[in-house]
Amino acid sequence: MFWGMKPDALLYPTPKGLYCAPGDFYVDPVHPVERALITHGHADHARSGHTAVMATRQTLDIMRIRYGEQFCVSEHVAELRQTTVINGVTVSFYPAGHVLGSAQIAIEKDGMRIVVSGDYKRRADPTCLPFEPVKCDVFITEATFGLPVFHHPDDRAEIGKLITSLKQFPERSHLVGAYALGKAQRVIALLREGGHDAPIYIHGALTKLCDYYETQGIALGDLRPATLTGKDKSMFAGAVIIGPPSAFADKWARRFIDPVSIFASGWMMVRQRAKQRGVELPIILSDHCDWPELLATISEIQPGEVWVTHGREEALVRWCALQGIAARPLHLVGYDDEGE
Amino acid sequence: MRAFAELLDRLVLTPQRNAKIKLLADYFRDTPDPDRGYALAAIAGTLSIAAVKPALLRDLTLERMDEVLFRYSYDYVGDLAETISLVWEAPADLEGEDPSLSSVLHRLNTTGKAQIRTLVRDLLDCLETSSRYAFLKLVTGGLRIGVSARLAKQALADFGGQDVSDIETLWHGIAPPYEELFAWLEGRTPKPALSMPAVFHTVMLATPVQEGDLDALEPKDFAAEWKWDGIRIQLANLGGVRRLYSRSGDDISGTFPDILDALDFEGVIDGELLVGGTARSNRMTRTFYDLQQRLNRKTVSPKMLEDYPAFIRAYDILFDGPEDVRSEGFIDRRARLSEKIEAADHTRFDLSPLVAFTSWEDLDRLRSEPPDPVIEGIMLKKLDSPYTPGRAKGPWFKWKRNPYNIDAVLMYAQRGHGKRSSYYSDFTFGVWTKDGPNEILVPVGKAYFGFTDAELQVLDKFVRNNTIERFGPVRSIRAQADFGFVVEVAFEGINRSSRHKSGVAMRFPRIARLREDKIPAEADRLDTLLAMISADEAATTE
Ligand SMILES: [Zn+2]
Ligand SMILES: [Zn+2]
Repeated sequence: MFWGMKPDALLYPTPKGLYCAPGDFYVDPVHPVERALITHGHADHARSGHTAVMATRQTLDIMRIRYGEQFCVSEHVAELRQTTVINGVTVSFYPAGHVLGSAQIAIEKDGMRIVVSGDYKRRADPTCLPFEPVKCDVFITEATFGLPVFHHPDDRAEIGKLITSLKQFPERSHLVGAYALGKAQRVIALLREGGHDAPIYIHGALTKLCDYYETQGIALGDLRPATLTGKDKSMFAGAVIIGPPSAFADKWARRFIDPVSIFASGWMMVRQRAKQRGVELPIILSDHCDWPELLATISEIQPGEVWVTHGREEALVRWCALQGIAARPLHLVGYDDEGE
Repeated sequence: MRAFAELLDRLVLTPQRNAKIKLLADYFRDTPDPDRGYALAAIAGTLSIAAVKPALLRDLTLERMDEVLFRYSYDYVGDLAETISLVWEAPADLEGEDPSLSSVLHRLNTTGKAQIRTLVRDLLDCLETSSRYAFLKLVTGGLRIGVSARLAKQALADFGGQDVSDIETLWHGIAPPYEELFAWLEGRTPKPALSMPAVFHTVMLATPVQEGDLDALEPKDFAAEWKWDGIRIQLANLGGVRRLYSRSGDDISGTFPDILDALDFEGVIDGELLVGGTARSNRMTRTFYDLQQRLNRKTVSPKMLEDYPAFIRAYDILFDGPEDVRSEGFIDRRARLSEKIEAADHTRFDLSPLVAFTSWEDLDRLRSEPPDPVIEGIMLKKLDSPYTPGRAKGPWFKWKRNPYNIDAVLMYAQRGHGKRSSYYSDFTFGVWTKDGPNEILVPVGKAYFGFTDAELQVLDKFVRNNTIERFGPVRSIRAQADFGFVVEVAFEGINRSSRHKSGVAMRFPRIARLREDKIPAEADRLDTLLAMISADEAATTE
């Protein structure tokens, strides 16, 4: 029910990102701005160079780890489920279940409430708080996996494939590509749950973030640097090594003998994707909603309108139309619809 | 079914041979009969299974799904079986069931046509995603996992600690689900006895000569033979049983009674099945087109036998009588073969002649200008090479004559599928001909491979910038004498065709090169193509 304000007057897409004119702030802007509200620490959502940044404590910490002390001029901690008023606009943060610190941002004025969910997922993740549905007039959703082909399987069964392979090929190292923030720690946590308590070797790009997760009470077990200290390459035989996908093309990856190449990502659902990347053991593990979860979330929240951001907008908009839910794509630029 | 599906998924993505063997051997160890035997059959290509039409599968999917959403999904994935396996929504209460591969096969093969729709829907409902994919690939005949029958046999050998050649010998005498084979490999029973002595033995294959392959080799270590354009066969006559096999081991004896009747020596030989007359009866060898009249027939009329007489041009010998001579060198086997063929029926058997040469340059020239149009190139065989099943690189090479080439002009383009769905990658090309007083382009073929990814981007960009009309997914491209895109098209052969407007049909055309340096006016004419056919025909009928 739209009384008073029209949603476009409260929030609209601009080349810099979603802009709230009455509050004079942006959400996840892709260029430096005066005032930015950030949903989570992934690089395409959280960029450095803004003047004032408001985000959860954990997202601010993660930005500091990634960009250094100077990542912004002034920080404002958003406490979950608390309201803050900015130029007459009320904002509040709710867990998004995507990665540690991730939040949805509810923006409200004159009875109109828009929720920017950022990136989110619905299934349990031992490394972050679960998504909390928030009633709203407009729900802004991502659509990274917004096609009916994406039905992400049970994550424990997926990690089970890695554990099986370790037994089947004990002489080979198991090199897992996983994004440095969120996915890597989730893989480690799931391996620990699955009973794998041997040391796990990590690429340098993961060290600070893994240390940070530990300070937040997420136990990751025995982690060691994946660098060759002695001459003995055999220490990696039968071991799990985790690095960011970008490191797979470097010299770093070539030091491991006869590695099984593994990639933990929601994209691994489609065989051609795995083949193109030369992945030998795909682990389907996503920090985004799959198709049924996107639909279930929209059905649960029952927003007056759905706006779709990055990813496969057309299918989700089509589904909404079939359900009689008003929906439109936002065509935002600057977000990674492939990163996972 | 799940274990089988997971095995397939792993095999497709596993590059290393040893790792594939390990995955297979572990599967054979952990899976009970008869499932492992059926899995083996599926991988080795010996499984018989009721086929399901893609249209039915699409129909079943659309019973539950919006057509537009299905199209988005199919465009993204690019493979029908995979798309359906992924988008299928099963009722929640059926999840967690895992029907065995053998029960799925049994149900498929015992269900009547009228019930097949219901059965396929039920199976799709109770299989999980990966199993659903395996099932769909099996029933649509699209299972391609990069594992040869040979590799599967090697895995069996490793699993049972036996020699792979023993498994090869047994192979064509046993059938799915191979329970007696597994019982022997697990040491529970003695080696199965061959029920039929004239069994098929895997043929020896050659690898193509590639850049630099011959540089380090001595011409004097090799024999050269013509490579004839017929079908490769194995002919066996042992213990009173006669069989003619295709090179993949299919029994084609029934189609060639003229050969079987003339077979008057014992043993197993390797050769080319051709139509026409033997060299020593002084009659010419006829084309592959003529041979095709004889293939795939259940019954053969006397007129067929007379109009298209078949004969064998012998290449090699595997068994001299009951004696296995495969471990002897090529030249020693050839002496045995020569003796056998000399005594055999002159109208049905001749010996493939050796080609004399002293240098690779010599041979290169002979290869490109062979003396008979039914020759498709040269075979090179190392003089001391034993007869080894499969395609090892080194002992035997094949060196084909160059494919045909023309310059043609792009006329139409269509989007590709799967990873190419965002590109215009299927092209129709044409050549010039006279239409009354005008020069026009007439389409002569279609090609959708041969180019690199970078070349595809160039082509795609040209198509987008020079579209003059669209009909559904097809774009018609600007093509005039002074403006358009010229490509060099390579193909393996050319025939007359009444089904094509141009009157010609190419075999295996591909885009060999982009000729951005040429304008369409410089492209070839239809006359050139017709002359290629006439030259072939003239050479054949004289
Ligand atoms: Zn993210
Ligand atoms: Zn994102």
